[in-house]
Amino acid sequence: MNGAAMGKSSAHSVAEPSAGARRLAGAIVVAYALVTMIPLVWILLTGFKTPPDSISYPPKVVFEPSLEGYVNLFTNRSRQTPEYMASLPPPETWYDRLVRSRNMVITGPSRFADRYVNSVIIGFGSTFLAVFLGTLTAYAFSRFRVPLQDDLLFFILSTRMMPPIAVAIPIFLMFRELGLSDTHLGMILLYTAVNMSLSVWLLKGFMDEIPREYEEAAMVDGYTRLQAFFKVVLPQATTGIAATAIFCLIFAWNEYAFALLLTSGEAQTAPPFIPIIIGEGGLDWPAVAAGTTLFLLPVFVFTVVLRSHLLRGITFGAVRK
Amino acid sequence: MADLSLRGVAKRFGEQVAVEAIDLDVAHGELVVLLGPTGAGKTTTLRLIAGLETPDEGEIRIGGRDVTGEPPAARDLAFVFQQYSLYPHMTAYDNMAFPLRAPARRAAEGAIREKVAEVARLLHIGHKLDSKATRLSGGEMQRVAIGRALVRDPAAYLMDEPLSSLDAKLRSELRLELKRIQRETGATIVYVTHDQIEAMTMADRIGVLREGRLAQVGTPREIYETPRNVYVAARLGTPAMNLLPGDLLPVEGKPAGAVTVGARTEHLHLARAREGGGAGTVRRVEHLGDQNPVHVEVGEHTLVTLGDAALELRAGDRVDVRLDAPLFFGRDGERLAACPRCGRA
Repeated sequence: MNGAAMGKSSAHSVAEPSAGARRLAGAIVVAYALVTMIPLVWILLTGFKTPPDSISYPPKVVFEPSLEGYVNLFTNRSRQTPEYMASLPPPETWYDRLVRSRNMVITGPSRFADRYVNSVIIGFGSTFLAVFLGTLTAYAFSRFRVPLQDDLLFFILSTRMMPPIAVAIPIFLMFRELGLSDTHLGMILLYTAVNMSLSVWLLKGFMDEIPREYEEAAMVDGYTRLQAFFKVVLPQATTGIAATAIFCLIFAWNEYAFALLLTSGEAQTAPPFIPIIIGEGGLDWPAVAAGTTLFLLPVFVFTVVLRSHLLRGITFGAVRK
Repeated sequence: MADLSLRGVAKRFGEQVAVEAIDLDVAHGELVVLLGPTGAGKTTTLRLIAGLETPDEGEIRIGGRDVTGEPPAARDLAFVFQQYSLYPHMTAYDNMAFPLRAPARRAAEGAIREKVAEVARLLHIGHKLDSKATRLSGGEMQRVAIGRALVRDPAAYLMDEPLSSLDAKLRSELRLELKRIQRETGATIVYVTHDQIEAMTMADRIGVLREGRLAQVGTPREIYETPRNVYVAARLGTPAMNLLPGDLLPVEGKPAGAVTVGARTEHLHLARAREGGGAGTVRRVEHLGDQNPVHVEVGEHTLVTLGDAALELRAGDRVDVRLDAPLFFGRDGERLAACPRCGRA
């Protein structure tokens, strides 16, 4: 009776999409990727334009590349009279020459490198702390009967329910009182606190997936719970830890509002610094774009390095359910 | 190796009673099987011995030492889990070496290598030692899991249905292998299973668990031939024991108060009935090759027994059913001794 219906699709499994559907899906993915790439490509290109090219209208897609943006990003310069310029010894380096062609001299390094280092310290520091504490917390929630477990987990999640900037003023006052304003420690603690909810919830999911038998076997075999945790649980959780670390780093790295409000000198990160790089007669767009490009790199590299962990996904565990 | 003893051990999970009033002694070098259906408390008992659960009441001793409050690592036991809990990030070799590398009793790498190789040979997995745990077949994984216990020389081995995930052939092979290893090494083993064949073939003694309590402890023969009650009797025998009303069929030796007759296949004799006679009708015959379970309807009851191939019974045949020295159970389910002079025709 239903033989006709059943005999029809013998060419391929019904669970697989047809060739046409697959091509359509591929086209959509490629189109979406192209659209999202446009701003990134534009930033990358702008970094290699001269300031006049960067603001020309209509926008220039084909232009003569220049490293002026990168030089401007890393240096402070001042304009000089032609007489003074003529009195100088010949330029020693390619960037000296580039700056002098604009009738300017380099007066010293800019603060970009400092800001960048601050971003690295604060971003990676807070990521490490958030993932480390989150792993331990998630393990405890996953394995022990914690009193008020559900309420505590909800409380941890609820710290995410308002925009972080809503608590900026109280935190500003607290930090001033505690002497944490404009310090690396203060920013690391703040970002760690904001990331904890994400870290605990993500990692608890991963921990729940790891069978208890692993630790139990290790504990019977003569390991303490802590030793079993490091020997057996942690290697199983690497995928989850890597994924969590990426999310935490992206937040801490890109965070703008707190950084703008709570840092000014010593501990300022790159995000509040990059958009206000002033050149002659306004924002120095090539320098801003160059800074943005360099700023994207670590997160990009970090994600690519940990991507294998993400892709490996679920290890096909040797425990049978 | 050492002896184990449990005294009045009880464990509850919330309202749920997992085990209660467990008294069990396992002698040095003895293999005791805990038998029971799912949820009877077999695994909980094992976990209590291992220290993975803490008892609410009672006392656990290993080699005479009270270990009730001690963590698992201090008890010097080896545990084989039902789900083979190999560490997927390690090779088979590292999995087996894992207990020997425990900080509590670290051995030299050379000694570890020797021991692992020896046990691997015993379990026929020597050629698989370098494979990742996840690359092994089900049977190999389980042998590595057993091997991980065998590399040690613990006070006792605890095994929680170690063979249940294997196919029939491998299971019977490993069953004999384990028994042989146990005999040779004189290991003390507490072995949990719901498989009566494993219980009968491997056990020195069987403890039958029922709803968290030990219903009976005894040698396989005792449990089989003189079960204390209906419950224990029904756990053993293939096909399962037929429980019939006491007056369904005439039987010799029925004591007063016997309301149930327990008839295993060896207690039942079928014979082709003469035309128009016979107490029962054959409803179905299963041809399994070596065995032919016959379903016979007697009154409103169906009993299952193994038929004699020579009888060549078919559905619809009328048969005479004779009971020969079956078991008798009273109203409360307790077994009653046969009374040799009762009910003689």
